[in-house]
This record gives sequence, structure tokens and C-alpha cells, in this order.
Amino acid sequence: MLRLAPLLALALMLGPVAAGLFGTLLPAVGYVPALGGETVSLAPLRMFLAQPGIGLSAALSLGTGLAATLGAFAAVVLFTAAFEGTRFFRAMRRLLSPLMAVPHAAAAFGLAFLITPSGFVMRLLSPWATGFQRPPDVLIVGDPLGLTMTLGLMAKEVPFLFLMLLAALPQADPVRSRRVAASLGYAPVAAWLTTVLPRIYPQIRLPVFAVLAYATSVVDVALILGPTTPPPLAVRLTAWMNDPDLSLRFMASAGALVQLGLSLFAIAVWIVGERLAVKLGRRWIESGRRSAAEHLATALSGSAMALLAAAMLSGLALLALWSVAGPWRFPDTFPLSFTLRAWTMHGYAAVDAIATTIAIALPVIAVAIALVLASLENETREGRARPRRSLLLLYLPLIVPQIAFVFGLQVLFLMAGLHDTLLAVALGHMVFVLPYVFLALSDPWRAVDPRYGHMAGALGASPARTFWRVRLPLARKAVATAAALGFAVSVAQYLPTLLIGGGRVSTVTTEAVALAAGGNRQLVGIYALLQMLLPFAAFLLAAAVPSVAHRRRRENETTA
Amino acid sequence: MTDALIFDKVAITLAGRDLISLDRAIAPGEVLTVMGPSGIGKSTLLAHAAGFLDPAFTAGGRVLSGDTDLTSLPPYRRRLGLLFQDPLLFPHMSVGENIAFALPPALHGRAKRRQAVAAALADVDLAGFEARDPATLSGGQKARVALMRVLESQPRALLLDEPFSRLDAALRDQIRQLVFAKARERGLPVLLVTHDRADADAAGGPVVEYA
Repeated sequence: MLRLAPLLALALMLGPVAAGLFGTLLPAVGYVPALGGETVSLAPLRMFLAQPGIGLSAALSLGTGLAATLGAFAAVVLFTAAFEGTRFFRAMRRLLSPLMAVPHAAAAFGLAFLITPSGFVMRLLSPWATGFQRPPDVLIVGDPLGLTMTLGLMAKEVPFLFLMLLAALPQADPVRSRRVAASLGYAPVAAWLTTVLPRIYPQIRLPVFAVLAYATSVVDVALILGPTTPPPLAVRLTAWMNDPDLSLRFMASAGALVQLGLSLFAIAVWIVGERLAVKLGRRWIESGRRSAAEHLATALSGSAMALLAAAMLSGLALLALWSVAGPWRFPDTFPLSFTLRAWTMHGYAAVDAIATTIAIALPVIAVAIALVLASLENETREGRARPRRSLLLLYLPLIVPQIAFVFGLQVLFLMAGLHDTLLAVALGHMVFVLPYVFLALSDPWRAVDPRYGHMAGALGASPARTFWRVRLPLARKAVATAAALGFAVSVAQYLPTLLIGGGRVSTVTTEAVALAAGGNRQLVGIYALLQMLLPFAAFLLAAAVPSVAHRRRRENETTA
Repeated sequence: MTDALIFDKVAITLAGRDLISLDRAIAPGEVLTVMGPSGIGKSTLLAHAAGFLDPAFTAGGRVLSGDTDLTSLPPYRRRLGLLFQDPLLFPHMSVGENIAFALPPALHGRAKRRQAVAAALADVDLAGFEARDPATLSGGQKARVALMRVLESQPRALLLDEPFSRLDAALRDQIRQLVFAKARERGLPVLLVTHDRADADAAGGPVVEYA
């Protein structure tokens, strides 16, 4: 039985991806008899390509996605190079870690509330510095180049990449590496870039690809912060997919395949960049250059990280403030009064959304945790570590753009009569929850000293008893944290919930994003805040679980 | 020739408790051995000189190279060559790149730098090892590459932190002789921290013992 667990987990993760891609391919080539498409043709693709501004939409997706990923990566890498081991670094680490659990949409709303022309920053500066009595008529949120959207994506991806990098760091023996490099005369940033980064990059490469795929095909953040004339590709595809006119789905599916190609192209561009960086790196090492624009790198990365963290945190605080704001006219810095009116007016609807969110998330994480634990226990009993290749399988659902296969999944659920049900939405969420739960749980599980298990066996405990009484209790903290992460991932899902639920399954996230177009900031504040509070509550619960083996990696904390 | 390495009234304390102190000069080509059992803070002397002292410790006094006050410089400007117990060759660089990484940037031109790498490797009987992966070297070969890497960075002095303790007995003597010979050849002052009496004997210089 146990041996089937890894297969079942893979099937639940990759099955929907494969089936969904297939389900996208059929309408993309015009073949869906139920919708009157009975011949295979390129007509949907031609129709897609003939849409006005489609090239611009694609260019926006590619440009904003690549820029946001590169920006977040550069900020995280240079910041770590310049500040690792300092008090500032530790403070940022504590500050950014919880931000990873904030859903993209909530972060995007927070940023919007901060920097729109009528936002908090402008209020702080008005009227004394700007002279504005009304919000200036400039397009900051939704600017045609997608700069604000890029910034929002960057701010949200920084905590994720930072945590991934921190997890990989101990393997490069960073303290001694930097000491050796320093004793050879290398300034801190140069030392880190030449001796630590090349050794940890392989471990953060797949997360970077996941970020790239996400950022080039994002829908929720684009709806909140992105341009509208035209919007990025994935936003247009989603609109067509939800259009009552079913014939648009042929074109949308063709577009979804183009989106897949576009995200893969972004990854290909990144890989070319990697190659180039390796060449330059080798040349650098051979040339013996001892510094790397140290002051500039330090100043830029330090202020970029501080600004991004400050923007995220103050944005989230603004969400809370707006949800209880009474009249709050521009340019007043703070509301005239506070009121719970919005909460009492919309409380019932919000409770429904919360109930739906939890009703989807709980069964998903229960199944995901069980499957992952069974797979890991199976691995332990068979006594062999998984090959590196399986990591790629794990990342595959995160690297294939959601939109490319969720469309097809919707079509398949439609055919199976499961459309618009919680079960179908839960299956959709499983695809994304499983990999994260696996990633969060596998390292702590494998780090538990195997001799405890051997000892239990030697004392006469059956394998089942060893699992329940020894290995599982030793990993209980990690299990709780992985469950909280899985919960956060499920809460944050926008596209799968919207498309597979056919608009009839309303979670706090779909409700929040749906409010983006309306101007009701109190209401947006409520839903975005709930989006953020649900994962936080989960992590709080997880934090309350006592750990048995408290072995934290501290070695890279004491430094020069 | 190089300058002497001077420990000018260096005293290290931990939470107000005196840990270890040193007040003397090491002449070019001389090896000063600091001996004592583990845990008395010998290595903090070295960490203080190199600039890696854990902030939990407080250090008084200065470390100078000739007239240059090293304690006021950031670690990467001190140019003190460090050898640890482990060779710490960078695993993502080839043997040749490990050495090239250490060559001063002032040595210009790819051909000249490669020549310097080749000469350094030949100097320790490792000619032609440039393309090798450090992981494929034997313990003795790694130690020799690590030594040449430090020397090619043209340090003002050498700081040795029990560099021979991980080598097996036969090899230990050989590497010990090599390190001291090279240091003498280049006129480098050497501070050796060890708990092994044989290291001190082989060094042949003055010994400071802590109990």
C-alpha cells in the first residue's frame, strides 16, 4: 500500500497538468464536438493572433515577468552578498519570512493602496509638499508599461526567493568560504559572488523558474496592478474563457498554448543568461578581480530590500486601516473616524467566503499531508534517497503556467459533470498544494537521524509503530508548518478557483480580486485582510505545536 | 623583503574575563608557535589578526605589519594568508582556477596568469593539474594546492590554524616541512597555532605556551 503513495501523489500532481494540457490542446486546434468544433484546424490560432494588440499583450507579459524575476533575484542575491551575517540581515530575515505566506492579491492591493494617486504616500505629501487638493490625474496603478505591476510582483517574489536562498545557504559553507576569500583579498560582495553563489545557485534554480513562469502568466496581480490598454496576455485569456460566448474558448485555448510557449521562452532566455553568467564568472575568477562595485551593490541592494519590505508591510497595514475606515477624503492622512460598518454590512457574505475557503483547503491539506508522509515513510523504509530528477517532477506543476492547463482542466471537468463543484476545485488546488507540502516536509523529514528508527526496530517495534510513535512525533513541528504552508497556498489560489469553479465557488481570494475593478476600498480592505489573516492564523497554530528535536541551522549566523 | 608581523599588547577577553594575550613581533621568515590545549582561545588570536573575531569577544591592542596597522583595516585589506585544518579548496573551481583566484589582479593578461598558475603548481610537484577537480585530489595534494593558493595571493604573513592536524602521520611531516620551507623562502612571518608538540619542534622557532 505504502509503495503506491508516491505514485498516487505524482498522479494527483502531474495527472491534472497533463490532462489539462491535453484539454487545452483540443479546443486550441478547433476540436470540441460539444461546442460545434468537429474539424482540426488552425482557425482558433489565427483568430487569436488577429486580436487587436495581442503582440503588445504578449510583450507585456514577457517583459514584466522577466523584469520582476530578475529584479527580485538581483535584490535577494546582492543583499545576501553584501549583508549576510549582519544584524540588518537577520532583521530582514525575520521580517520577510512571514511575508511569504501573504497571498499575491493581498500584497498587490496593499501596494495599490499605498501608491495610487489617492494613496497613502500621496496623502502624506499633500497638500503641503505637492499642493494637491485632489488626487493628481496620473496613471500610477495600471500604467501602460506595467511598471507598477512589475514592482508588485517583485515585492511578492522577494520573500519567496530569499527563503529559498537561505535554505540552500548552509550547503556552501558560507562563513569559511567568505573567510578564505577575504584572506585572499576579496571584498565582501565579490567574495560572496565568486565563492558562495555558484555553489547554491543550482538549488535555487527551480524556484527561480517557478517564479518566472508565474510572473509571466499572472492574472490576479495583473488585474489589480496591471495595465488595461491592453492588459497582459493571461488576463485577456481569462476574460475570454469566462465569456458567455462559448465560441471564444477556442481562441482562448489557442492563446493558452501561446502563453505556455511564452513562459517557456522566458525560461529559455533565463538559461541563456545563466550560461553567459557562468562564462563571465569563470573569466572573473581567472582575472582575480578583488571587488565588485562594493559600495554601489551594498547601497542599492540594502535600500531596495528595505523599501520593498516597507512597502509590503505598510500596504498590508493600509488594508486593515481601510477595512475600518469611516470617511477618508483626500488629502487627509488618516480617516476622520473609524467604523465597523463595512464589517457588519458584509460580514455574512464574508463568512460564507471564509467557510468555502476552509472547506476547500482543509480536505486538500489533509490528503496532501497524508500522501507526502506516506511517500516519505516509503522512502525511509526502502532506504534510498530520491534522485535529483524527481525534484523536477515536483516543480513541474509550478513551472507550467497555470493558465495553460487549468483551461483544459475546466473543459475536462465539464465533460465529467464535475464542473463548478467544490470537489473539482479541491482537485485543482491539490496540484499546487502537493508540491509545496512536499518541499516543506521532505528536508526536515530526511534530516531526522535515521538511527532513532533503527533503534525503535531493534527494540522490537513494528515498522508501523516506529512511524506513529517515533518518526512522526519527531517531525510533528515540520508537519504542522507544512500544513500551514499548504493552507496558505490553497487560500491564495485565484485562477484554478475561478475557472474550475466556473465563477460559482467564491473564496476570499476570488471575492477580493473580483472587487478590484470596483472602487469600494473598505470592502477590498476586508477581503484582502481576510486573505492575509487566514494563512497567518494557520501559521500561528503551527507555531503553537511544540517541537521535539529543536535543531535549527545557525552556523551562518555567527560571522566576521 | 616583507615586514615583521607585530602583536602589540594584544589581549582578548570574553565577558570581562581575560582569555589570552600576546605581545611580540614575528620577524620575516620566523615561525612563532602558540601552543596550548584546545579551548583556551589560541585561535581567537588568529581570528583577531585576520579580522574574524566573533563579536562576543573583546580585543585590545593592535596587530601590525611593519608600520601598517592591520586592525584598522577590513579583513580583505589585511592580506594575511590563512591555512585551516581543512584545505577549503573551492569545489566549484578547478585546481587551476583556485590558484588563479588568488593571484593578484595586478598581474595582467590571461597568458601571464596561466603561466603563473602553472609555475605555482609545478613548484609543489603538481604540474599539469590545472583542469583537475579538487574533489579528485588526495589529501596531500589538496594541502599543497591550498598552500600555493595562499602564497600566490602574496600575503604579508601566514596564519596557520592547526593546519596539519587532519593529515595522516606520514603526510603530516612532509607537508609541515614544505609549508615552513616555502614561508622561509619568501621571508614570511608565520604564526602557528597548535596543540601538537611535534609541530612546534618542526617549526624550530620561538614557542609561546599557554596552560
